[in-house]
Amino acid sequence: MNAADRIARLLFAFYMAAFFAYLFAPLAIMSAATFNASRFPTVTPWQGTTLQWFTALWNDGPMWQSVWTSVIVAFFVVLVAVPVGTAAALLLTSLHARARGFLYALMVSPLLTPGVVIGIATLVLWRQLGVGGGIFLIVLAQASFIICYVMLMVVARLQRFDRTQEEAALGLGASKFMVFRRILLPFLRPALIAAAFLAVLQSVENYNTTLFVRGFDTPLTVYIATKVRTGLTPAVNALALVMITITVLGAIAYEVARRRQAAASGGDQG
Amino acid sequence: MSELYGRFGGGLATIFVALVLLWLTGMVLAPNIMMIDYALRPNLPPAQIGGPDDVYSFDNMLYLANEGVHRAIFFKTIWASALVAFITFVVCYPLAFWLAQHATPAQTGLAILALTIPFWINEVLRTLAWYILLAFRGPLNAVLLSLGIIDDPIRWYGNGGVLAGMVYAYILFMLFPIYNSIESLEKAQIEAARDLGASSWRIHWRVVIPHAKAGIATGCVFTFMLAAGSYVAPALLGAPGSRWFTEIIYNWFFEGGDWNRGAAYALVLLVLCLAVVLITLKLARVNLADVAK
Repeated sequence: MNAADRIARLLFAFYMAAFFAYLFAPLAIMSAATFNASRFPTVTPWQGTTLQWFTALWNDGPMWQSVWTSVIVAFFVVLVAVPVGTAAALLLTSLHARARGFLYALMVSPLLTPGVVIGIATLVLWRQLGVGGGIFLIVLAQASFIICYVMLMVVARLQRFDRTQEEAALGLGASKFMVFRRILLPFLRPALIAAAFLAVLQSVENYNTTLFVRGFDTPLTVYIATKVRTGLTPAVNALALVMITITVLGAIAYEVARRRQAAASGGDQG
Repeated sequence: MSELYGRFGGGLATIFVALVLLWLTGMVLAPNIMMIDYALRPNLPPAQIGGPDDVYSFDNMLYLANEGVHRAIFFKTIWASALVAFITFVVCYPLAFWLAQHATPAQTGLAILALTIPFWINEVLRTLAWYILLAFRGPLNAVLLSLGIIDDPIRWYGNGGVLAGMVYAYILFMLFPIYNSIESLEKAQIEAARDLGASSWRIHWRVVIPHAKAGIATGCVFTFMLAAGSYVAPALLGAPGSRWFTEIIYNWFFEGGDWNRGAAYALVLLVLCLAVVLITLKLARVNLADVAK
């Protein structure tokens, strides 16, 4: 190894350290600030270690109200997005190439539309119909683009589907509905669960679209952002810490499940 | 279409078609058409709506063109979003290259897990983390002061803060497309270039980047679009002097009370984003179907 290589290696090691520090330092500081007695969330200066902000979080009624709003919205988004996204994927994959190109462009267009524009367009349409902002519009606006993610995930799964299974079932006398319910749906199940999971995450984390259609309802993201203006306390950090912990545990569980599945199927790509 | 009916039978196929139609017309096309309608009409009191003054015009767009402050913020949002895309690319490229070409499968798995964790946490909390880090009396200033790098605390909120928060928020949208496109590059090509005497710099510039062009274009397009349409980062990490175009739009709706002008501004933003997306993809010869993977 010559000198230039060694310098390159050193530079790369430095870059990697900086990259992951950039990635995790803000989250680490936000989490650590939960335990600081300071009224404004920070770690400098450290004014004493405390658990009081967890109590404050527990007693924060409006915050729990906003969590509840987010949960309701996410529930209905899943209810709308998963069936519609699946239908879109099935429709798309049964079309001929030319029609498919156009429909595909239309179907992914919400992903290329800025979030604020989706919110605004939904808001003005429904005002014309006499419906103001609120949970109903939040669900519609969020679902309009979350459906795209569901559609893409189902399309990806469908590409590995073996159509001869359907033909065999039909040949054995099953009805078309039976074939759909007993063969295609079970095959799609992992993709549908993953899509529902992603839909919940996308819905709960959404801010840019939700902000315009929320009316007088306050989902969690809006509540947190408002807190920054009206007086942030480390109770919000306690909430962030809880969410980070759930996330990390979820990520680890997912990784373990994936490895177990990969081991069970003996390196099979399915 | 007939294949759909043949495969699923009349009942199911009709339900599928109906659901897709409801989505595309009711939730995608109709809202956008109504937004265009709003954008082209004047803002009138209820009594005059439908009256002689209620005519289509480009007045709302012309207002943006003639209002100096808004125009300046619009152009600033464009170039700042391009800057966000460029910086995100520079930050992500070495890691994407290493992951795609040098890392062992175990390292890749671990790195991807580490990368995704911050992104399962929502964008508002991620931005809040930066808000805490960059506070005037916050940890970053404290560290820099104690190291003697600066003598007085720096006001990070503003352009710098918005930039840092946005690059942070969109790393994954840049990293994964680049990683995927570099992964398909044969190691032999890089070795061949090296054996022929190319420097590392030249290998990246002439071999890796041209090969990864599609992924780079996809990543840049997404990052640009997300940055231009972002509201939370400028709202939390910005300062009065660093206003973002989305904030102007928000004000028309919820403070200025002129939805027509707000819709016009939103339409301008939409057209701009679509133009940037389509032109970039065309230049990089990327198919729309390959973008959304």
